[in-house]
Order: sequence, then structure tokens, then C-alpha cells
Amino acid sequence: MKSLFLPTLPALLFGALLAGCGSNTPPGNIIRIGSASPLTGPQAHLGQDNANGAQLAVDEINAAGGVRLAGKTWRLQLLVEDDQADPRVATTVAQQLADDDVAGVIGHLNSGASIPAAKVYDDAGIPQISPSSTAIAYTHLGFKTAYRVMTNDSQQGAALAQYATRYLHATRIAVVDDRTAYGQGLADEFARAAVTDGAQIVDREYTTDHSTDFLAILTSIKAHQPQVVFFGGMDPQAGPLARQMRQLGLTARLLGGDGMETSQFVHLAGAAANGDVASNPGLPLDQMPGGAQFRKHFTARFGPIQNYAPYAYDAVYVMVDAMKRANSPDPARYLPMLASTDYRGVTGNIRFDEHGDLQTGAVTLYQVNQGKWQPVTTITGPAPLPASH
Amino acid sequence: MDILLQQLINGLVLGSVYALIALGYTMVYGILELINFAHGEITMIGAMLALAVITHLAGSGLPVPIVLLAGLLTAMAGCSVLGYAIERVAYRPLRHAPRLAPLITAIGVSIVLQNLAMLIWGREYISFPPLLPQGWFDVHGARVTDVQLIILVTAGILMLVLDNLVRRTSLGRAMRATAQSPQLAGLMGIDANHIISLTFILGSALAAIGGFLVSAYYGLAHYYMGFLLGLKAFSAAVLGGIGNLRGAMLGGLLLGVIESLGAGYIGSLTHGVFGSNYQDVFAFLVLIAVLIIRPAGLLGQNTADRA
Repeated sequence: MKSLFLPTLPALLFGALLAGCGSNTPPGNIIRIGSASPLTGPQAHLGQDNANGAQLAVDEINAAGGVRLAGKTWRLQLLVEDDQADPRVATTVAQQLADDDVAGVIGHLNSGASIPAAKVYDDAGIPQISPSSTAIAYTHLGFKTAYRVMTNDSQQGAALAQYATRYLHATRIAVVDDRTAYGQGLADEFARAAVTDGAQIVDREYTTDHSTDFLAILTSIKAHQPQVVFFGGMDPQAGPLARQMRQLGLTARLLGGDGMETSQFVHLAGAAANGDVASNPGLPLDQMPGGAQFRKHFTARFGPIQNYAPYAYDAVYVMVDAMKRANSPDPARYLPMLASTDYRGVTGNIRFDEHGDLQTGAVTLYQVNQGKWQPVTTITGPAPLPASH
Repeated sequence: MDILLQQLINGLVLGSVYALIALGYTMVYGILELINFAHGEITMIGAMLALAVITHLAGSGLPVPIVLLAGLLTAMAGCSVLGYAIERVAYRPLRHAPRLAPLITAIGVSIVLQNLAMLIWGREYISFPPLLPQGWFDVHGARVTDVQLIILVTAGILMLVLDNLVRRTSLGRAMRATAQSPQLAGLMGIDANHIISLTFILGSALAAIGGFLVSAYYGLAHYYMGFLLGLKAFSAAVLGGIGNLRGAMLGGLLLGVIESLGAGYIGSLTHGVFGSNYQDVFAFLVLIAVLIIRPAGLLGQNTADRA
């Protein structure tokens, strides 16, 4: 055995290197939390927003004196990683965070990234709280470490379908999605619920999460004369999509999920955004318990909120809350406490079901009016469905 | 509404922009046999510069055409300088190096430009101020917007001018001579370095116009936009026969139309097995098919007739 532990020169050098970047065994009294989201590429603005939300929570907790656990005061440290919204990079980043011995991870932004990364975190026993991944599959893989503080696609899709069929009285609906785990999942859930509610899906088209030209698919859609066009995807596509709909003279109303309910969408769509409707889980920020104050603190430091920052912020507090109840920053100890979370955050009351999904499924619909998203109605969605695919 | 006609119009407009950008690839290749992979990023910088100026001047009360022209001219000037500088700094020292070296440098320059743009203009999409005419007219049931018409006319005029420049002027003759043999052209009193610099400046100015038109068309610009745009324009140049000016024009227009028709009809043709998300793949598939049958591209001939 002795020879096994005899340090060789390369091993020593490697160890020194690791210590140099501060990624060996964590020094006492520091809790490392990982943040993983795209910081480059088309969704970098949303990814940075998530990292900023988590950073704000971490800095607030540290400024208030850190966390008292097991008789010691701990400071939080956020390790921010870029997953490029790419499933392959996401697993690399996840492994890197696991190697850095983080106590938990806030992320990822995209369902397509959260899902493959969940396996890595589960293997390492690291709790993962996604602030924004909504695909049902994410929490239904059987991993005990996967949680989210956001409504899932079946809750949101059902609420959107309810709005389209009962409020807009749409019978002819065209559906477009960006073929990502999120976009496709939301569009499928929406289409399923809309058909159940009596509507007809007259055309189903697809795009990618890098596209800017939708004229070809919109021309096909126009020929089917829908009353509503549903888009499952993010704002970089939804903005130009709205513009090009008006350009082609499509009068159907554009309807989308939380990926579209952003200031960036209005910015990109310009005048074409007026009248468009999108949903976001939970209550409007200004109606949330601590929403107004969060907005004040966040905007003073980082500028306007893109979308999910409050959820990333809450995710950090939920994680720390579980640590406090377990009286330990050790993932093995505090993970069981995460399941019994009952936390009142800025985004609402956070309680998890047996999968790690939110128990309350309220979804608010917003409409663009004079260049601003304004809440229209809040639909209390049905309880989360069991895994449907 | 005539769907086929509408798809053709969409494709032609998109294709004319591809053609403008493809010209830059083909001119540089024609003279240096170098694939300037940074060309897509130059297009992006052009769009960014134009938008920065236009956004800045949008509220100043100047007439709209002046604001747009100021943006366009700034972008053209900026990109010309950039194209010239890239050639001087990154490509000229490697002119006699193995062919792989400048290729890798080109990719490096492209990464540098992309990240530089991210640092300067940020990661968010930048939207085009609502200055452009919103009108449209009807052509047999299909819709042509004013912006689409502006793009088609601008691209058409530029291609005609460039074609005549290369075929009929003494500068064009010097370019063609340099393409055939820089050494021999030098013996005839042509400064090859001068011509190469001019080629980069011309190509970059065209890229700036292309970037401006794309951002006006889609209403946005982003530091990442140059990558796919560059790849498509490069494919258009190869499709038409790289090194051949008219080939780049034809390749661009064809690629645009193929993409538009492909995305519009692939879903119903394959009964939903392949969806319209294969829009990009479709264009590249046609490219591969053409290259298998005609490796030199549609209008490509032996290399003596380049540029």
C-alpha cells in the first residue's frame, strides 16, 4: 500500500496545479455552489441572467454574515460555468463542477442541457436545482438529485392550450418548435392539450435554436389559415418570427411559453409584438412576495432582468435553506432535506412533489401592450402529469 | 395566395444576400487560393457597425435615408479597413507558407473577431430601429415588401457593377492577371500586393453591405450571426464554382431558393419524416450532390479563368 501513496513528481506537480486553481479539497468554511448556463452563443443573455440571479443571492448571504452550520460560519462561493446551451458541453461542465467538489448546482438553463447533466450530478451525489428547465423528462429520469423551481411543460402547455381554446376561441392552430428538449416538449404538451380541448392542429413546422429566417415555414403556415400560431422556443427566434409573421400578412395571434415572455422578445419583434401572448410560471414578479425588492436590487447591479434571474436567486436560497435544516453543507446530508422544502421565495411558495417538480402549478399569461408585457390572467394549472413519454 | 411564388421570392431575396457575401469568398480565393474564413465575421462586424451608427442617429431628427446611408457608409469604411488590416497582419506574412497555415490563421481571426464583437456589443441581440418602410405590394397573390425590393435591387446593381469592374476596367484586368500569376503580373508592372489589398477591401465592403441588408431584413444583429451566414455564403461560392464571380452570384441565388423551397415543402413531401428544421441541412445536401457530379462547381472551370 505504501508505494501506492508515494507521490511521484508528476503527481506532485499536478497536485500543485490543482491547488493553484483552488480546485482541490475545499478549504474549511467555504461552500462552493456551481452555476451552469450558456454564457456564449445566442442564449448568452439568458444564461448570464441566471448566473447573475444566483450571484446576487450568494453575495446577499455572504454580506449578511454567511451561513451558520454545525457551529461554524461558512461563506458561499459561486463557480460560474458556460455550457453553451449544448448538451455535450453540459456534461463536460457538470463533470468539472463535480470534480471541483461543489455542494450543489444551480442549473442548467436549457432542458436539453439539464437532462444529460443530471446523470453526472446524480453519479456524484450533487443536488441540482434548475431555475428554468421545464421539460418533463428532466425530473422524471429517476435521479434523486434533480429539482426545479419552475413549472414544468405539462403544467404550462395545458394552461396555454386552455387560454388558446377558451379565451381566444381558437379552433385552427399551427404549431412551430425549435426541436430542442424545451421547445419540442412544450409544443407537444400544448398540442396534446389543445386537441383535447377541441382545437385542430392545422400545421406543424420546425426550426432550430440558431435560425433567423422563418419565412419559408410561415408561408406554409399562412396557407393553412390558422387563428393562433404557437411557438415552442426562445426569444432569439420568437422575435424575428413575430416580425416575419406580420411581414407576410399573417394575422394569426402568436402564442408562446416562458422562453418568449422576455423584454428581449419585445425588443426584437418591435411593433409586431403588440397583441402577442406568452406564459410564465408563477405570479407576475411585481405580485410576488419580495418581487419589487428583488427587481430593485437586481437592476441596480446588473441592469434589466431578462427572465429567470428570480428563479436562480430562489434556487440558491432553497439550497441553503436545506443545508440549514440539515445543519450541514454535505450533499449526502442535506439532499434528503431538499425534498421537504417549504420555502417562501420571491417567486412564490416552493414545495416539491416526489419527482422534484413544484407542487403549485400556477401559470400567468402576459400580453404585449404598447411594447410592454402585461399580465392578462393567471391560470392554476392541473397537478403535474406523470411522465408522458 | 400563391405559395410557390411566395417561397421563390423569399428564396431570391435571401439568395441575393448570400451572393453578395459569397463574392468576397470567391474573389479572395480566385487571387490567393485562400479561403478567408473570417469573411463571415466581417459581415457580422458590418451589421454591428451599421446598427451602432443607425441606433445612435435614429433619435437625432436627421432624415431617415441619411441615417441609413451614414450607417451603411460607416460599415463599408470600417470593414474595408478591417479587411485590409487582416490581410496585412494575418495573411501576408504567411503567403509562402504551406496552405494549411493561412487556413488555420483565418479560422483564428474569425474566432478573435467574434469574441471582440461580443466584448464590444455584448451578448444580446441588437434590434434594428424601426426606420425602414413597412409597405408591400402584391404580385399575383404573393407579397413583396419594400425592404425585400430594396435588397433585390441593391444586390442586383452591386453584382452588375462588380462584374463590369472585373471584366471591363484596367483594374479588373490587373486583378485577373494577378489571379493567373502574381509573379508574371509583377513583371508587367502590376503591384500584386496592391491588387490583393484592393481585393480584400472590395470583398469586405460588399460583406458590410450584405451584413447591413441582413440585419435590416431580419431586424436584428448578433455577434454570432457571421458563423452560419459565412458558412452559407461559402457554400454558395463553392456551389457556383469557387473563384468564379458569376458562379458565386448564381450559387448564392440558387442556395437561397433551394433553402426556401426545401424548408417549405420537405415536410409535406416526406409526410413529416423530415421537418422544416432541416432547412440548413437541405442546402448543404444539394451542395454535396452538385460537387459529386461537378467537383469544380456549376460554373467552375479550369483555374485559368479565375477572378
